[in-house]
Amino acid sequence: MYIVLSLAILMTMVLAIARALRGPTIYDRVLAVNLFGTKTALLLAVIAFLIDRPDFLDLALAYALINLVGILAVLQFIQMNPSKANEASDHD
Amino acid sequence: MKNKTESPKYTITVWQLLGTFLVLMTTWLLWSGLYKPLLISLGVFSCSLSLWLAQRTGFFRHALPIRSLLRLPALWWWLLIEVIKSSIEVARIILSPSLPIQPELVEFTTTEKTNSGKVILGNSITLSPGTVTIDVDEDRLLVHCLTSNTANELRSREVERRIEKLEIE
Amino acid sequence: MINTVMDVLSWILLCSGGVFVLIGGIGALRLPNFYTRLHAASLTETMATILIFVGMILQAGFSLEALKLAVIMLFLLLTAPTASYALANAALQSGMRPKAESAKVESPNAQTGNSES
Repeated sequence: MYIVLSLAILMTMVLAIARALRGPTIYDRVLAVNLFGTKTALLLAVIAFLIDRPDFLDLALAYALINLVGILAVLQFIQMNPSKANEASDHD
Repeated sequence: MKNKTESPKYTITVWQLLGTFLVLMTTWLLWSGLYKPLLISLGVFSCSLSLWLAQRTGFFRHALPIRSLLRLPALWWWLLIEVIKSSIEVARIILSPSLPIQPELVEFTTTEKTNSGKVILGNSITLSPGTVTIDVDEDRLLVHCLTSNTANELRSREVERRIEKLEIE
Repeated sequence: MINTVMDVLSWILLCSGGVFVLIGGIGALRLPNFYTRLHAASLTETMATILIFVGMILQAGFSLEALKLAVIMLFLLLTAPTASYALANAALQSGMRPKAESAKVESPNAQTGNSES
């Protein structure tokens, strides 16, 4: 049963990657990456129950923390370098 | 640094420091699970470091009084019901083949005075699917709504009233 | 008896959580522009997170794991709106105007003339 749940989360991660590849703006990509990151934390928590190893919960917390800091850092970078951000979104 | 000039004086009570330290230390002990003198002293060290850093970034300037914190669960319970209602609506919109969205921007001035009140208001609005706070400027909030239905719900100002209740004596 | 009820309840929560995760992913792909996609993302970030974590807490029972799960859930729920706000505000500041009906000004002393689609 946990397998079905983790497959559903994996499916959503694939959809998020599809959105990240499609763009069209840089913010769509960051949104997709954020979605991917929170789903990683969720997936790790589910895996902890799937293979019955509670240590994975600590990893889930670490991923949740890193995701937030990472997204804020990326946004800060984009705001500091608007020209580079535009380059990245024109690349599509 | 800009904020420092705006409100130069604020006092940190011993209780605030002690309470935060206790919360941090409990978290450390729960997560480490090993109770050796070396690890516990490392824990005390990193908790003190976090306290110092928090104090430097102005964490305690925006601290809520304890009676507001105790009233948070009531707000959370109400938010949970709102989240369930609006997520079912948003899910129905996403799954319907014609995508019946009518995005609407709602702008309103809030009566919240404190910064923490504004943060709680903005985050509560964002938390329920269908409404996202996209700009906060002084006491003006700009909210993006997915449908006119959710926009109307926002206009009833129910969230604001609930949050104001946190601060009443 | 009570155990079976808890078990069934938690499985219902976990299943609907999975469904909501998928709907959010589909929404992120289907909705037409950035600001509407934010709503789909917040659907998985709040509703699905609550459902899946509460389901797992019921499975874990009264234990250290349940406490850890509750802390992770609280952290995710407190930070998700902050991240969405930072993202939406960054997009707004970069000059990306949401396609929407013009702003309705709620209070007379608010500034007018913001954001015409």
